[in-house]
Amino acid sequence: MTVSERSEGAARLSVFKTYKLYVGGKFPRSESGRVYEVTDSKGGRGGGAWLANAPLASRKDARDAVVAARKAVAGWSGATAYNRGQVLYRVAEMLEGRREQYVREVADAEGLSKAKAAAVVDAAVDRWVWYAGWTDKIAQVVGGANPVAGPYFNLSTPEPTGVVAVLAPQDSSLLGLVSVLAPVIATGNTAVVVAAEHAPLPALSLGEVLATSDVPAGVVNILSGRTAEIAAPLAAHQDVNAIDLTGASPELAAELEAAAADNLKRVRRPSPTEDWTADPGTSRLTAWLETKTVWHPMGV
Amino acid sequence: MAHQKFAYAPAPESRAVVDLAPSYGLFIDGEFAEAADGRVFKSVSPSTEEVLAEVAHAGEADVDRAVRAARKAFGTWSALPGAERGKYLFRIARILQERSRELAVLETLDNGKPIRETRDVDLPLVAAHFFYYAGWADKLAYAGCGPDPRPLGVAGQVIPWNFPLLMLAWKVAPALAAGNTVVLKPAETTPLSALFFADVCRQAGLPRGVVNILTGYGDAGAALVAHEGVDKVAFTGSTEVGKAIARTVAGSRKKVTLELGGKAANIVFDDAPVDQAVEGIVNGIFFNQGHVCCAGSRLLVQESVQEEVLDALKRRMSTLRVGDPLDKNTDIGAINSAEQLARITALAEAGEAEGAQRWAPRCELPESGYWFAPTLFTGVTQAHRIAREEIFGPVLSVLTFRTPAEAVEKANNTPYGLSAGIWTEKGSRILSMASKLRAGVVWANTFNKFDPTSPFGGYKESGYGREGGRHGLAAYLAEPGESTSGRGEEVGELDR
Repeated sequence: MTVSERSEGAARLSVFKTYKLYVGGKFPRSESGRVYEVTDSKGGRGGGAWLANAPLASRKDARDAVVAARKAVAGWSGATAYNRGQVLYRVAEMLEGRREQYVREVADAEGLSKAKAAAVVDAAVDRWVWYAGWTDKIAQVVGGANPVAGPYFNLSTPEPTGVVAVLAPQDSSLLGLVSVLAPVIATGNTAVVVAAEHAPLPALSLGEVLATSDVPAGVVNILSGRTAEIAAPLAAHQDVNAIDLTGASPELAAELEAAAADNLKRVRRPSPTEDWTADPGTSRLTAWLETKTVWHPMGV
Repeated sequence: MAHQKFAYAPAPESRAVVDLAPSYGLFIDGEFAEAADGRVFKSVSPSTEEVLAEVAHAGEADVDRAVRAARKAFGTWSALPGAERGKYLFRIARILQERSRELAVLETLDNGKPIRETRDVDLPLVAAHFFYYAGWADKLAYAGCGPDPRPLGVAGQVIPWNFPLLMLAWKVAPALAAGNTVVLKPAETTPLSALFFADVCRQAGLPRGVVNILTGYGDAGAALVAHEGVDKVAFTGSTEVGKAIARTVAGSRKKVTLELGGKAANIVFDDAPVDQAVEGIVNGIFFNQGHVCCAGSRLLVQESVQEEVLDALKRRMSTLRVGDPLDKNTDIGAINSAEQLARITALAEAGEAEGAQRWAPRCELPESGYWFAPTLFTGVTQAHRIAREEIFGPVLSVLTFRTPAEAVEKANNTPYGLSAGIWTEKGSRILSMASKLRAGVVWANTFNKFDPTSPFGGYKESGYGREGGRHGLAAYLAEPGESTSGRGEEVGELDR
């Protein structure tokens, strides 16, 4: 519901939505009790019309989200690839069903026309579908039998690395978000997502879709607020296995990468030339996978 | 005495096959040269403390010179057709085979590991790695890294002292196959085989600057990792140094792979064939004096068979021969350096001080050189330092468990995640355990097996990336869309 829509003289007073975090399958406010003003992008950042008060997540919210994500690792990584694919596809179905809502939210968030926003939402739905189809194929593409010089059965298979902190891109509130989040969970990891700082509403709404898509609680956790503030404890967290720095500025990314070295988190650096409409390839899937090689003697 | 060992006559391998010069320079741009500031250091034989040779001590200026040489060579090397690059690697592999006896003896002299292992493990694997990656050089488009795979540029590689030539092969072979050029820094205690490898490159006619070898200390490695002309960093060594490297490259465009420490659990179930398991335990921890990042240093044995396994293990350990590494009957050679011996000694003492029971077979250790008898600790708890810290020596900690779930819990209770072992006759249990263990390599009913086709590397704080196989090649290729330092433009710039 935008302010402009309300002021267009409709007789009925519309109902605003209270945007909340999505942590452990629940929708809490920030434990800090803080919010920040989210405006549309028409007047430039911070200068547009008021859209909502989004939760301003704290370090404690970030830590709570990591606890929830860790708890969900065993179940989600232990699910069959087929099952994960079904669940991801279900997300696409639910997203499609709420298409109008997201078109509105993306248009507001990114200052796009309805038609352009609709194209972005369609691309985001299609991206979920693309990644849904990857869950039971990636192991065959990047794993395999190793023809070792000896009587051994030797197999390499990819496995999820664990809890991945994701700094969602700042420039693409839904398509960019989906493009970085879907590969993390498609491969069996769980995620703590920091939504685009100035355009968090599509991400927070995505939580509602995930909550009703058979995605187990804690598999995806979504925080809104100041990226730098939330990212710092995530990069330093000893129980986070990997961090995607896509949404960080070069200076912040360097700082966070250095912090991530403390427990040798897997790091994906931001790319200045990321094109969210391009063919995603597999690099965002393999970034969060470990290769496990199992040997066994072969004989009679 | 009925159980007395047979007295073996000494069976020494001749060292005449190695022609050691009194001093060696750095290998930069196809030539040996002194360090810019003329510094040198000595490499000693850990088994006798004899000075083997003097080698140049690289400093920052030398690092810079080597990186420039590698950059200059990168343009033409990466532009060579893959089939030609591959032929150079095949040549190197063949020469390594031809000279394998010489190199095995040299490695044993410089490193202290038994000739039995350099001859039968290190050298065959070294040649195999060059053969394997040679064949990739003209097949890069099929490696699954996109249709137009490009090399990254100059690879700065820093390797440890436990498998000097093998670690060189793990790093140099895939780098060159993919079209990169390299600057490699071997460890300060084992620089010689890398310098001999420089001679192998010369015999193979490898173009100047494609491989550069810098002997030196940690500061040279740090300067190499930090050098702005380096596009890819590959390191094998301690987790502590690995973390420092990860911090150094933070915010840069450099790609990194790290193979770091480990504290592997070797899990023995009650249905495991005891003799086979005992051989595996011995191979897991005493291979290469325990100087192995993936060594099975924590034995997790099921409580019901603890006594039986320990009795058999002690009996087997009593037959291990410790001594002259050049003797073909030697199982356990010298500890690589006085410094490493001190570290092992201190950790073993901590084990006793914290209440674990220490046991070692009776064995006479030579008077000169650095030695440590194969040692076993029982009554170890998960809190003990010997169960948590990487000892990197022939010291085994024994813990027990009752259920598979407890074994998984204990095995995964470490910041490391490099390797693990499982011993059981039950296939479904192997597969279930293998999937639950957080480790990059799982050996079931075997241990410490390596192969160039087989990806190797760790989870968690054991580092990132894989070496070996197609995965090891990918570490030296750019991902589609990823920018690289290019084949021409930047090269010229740095070259001026």
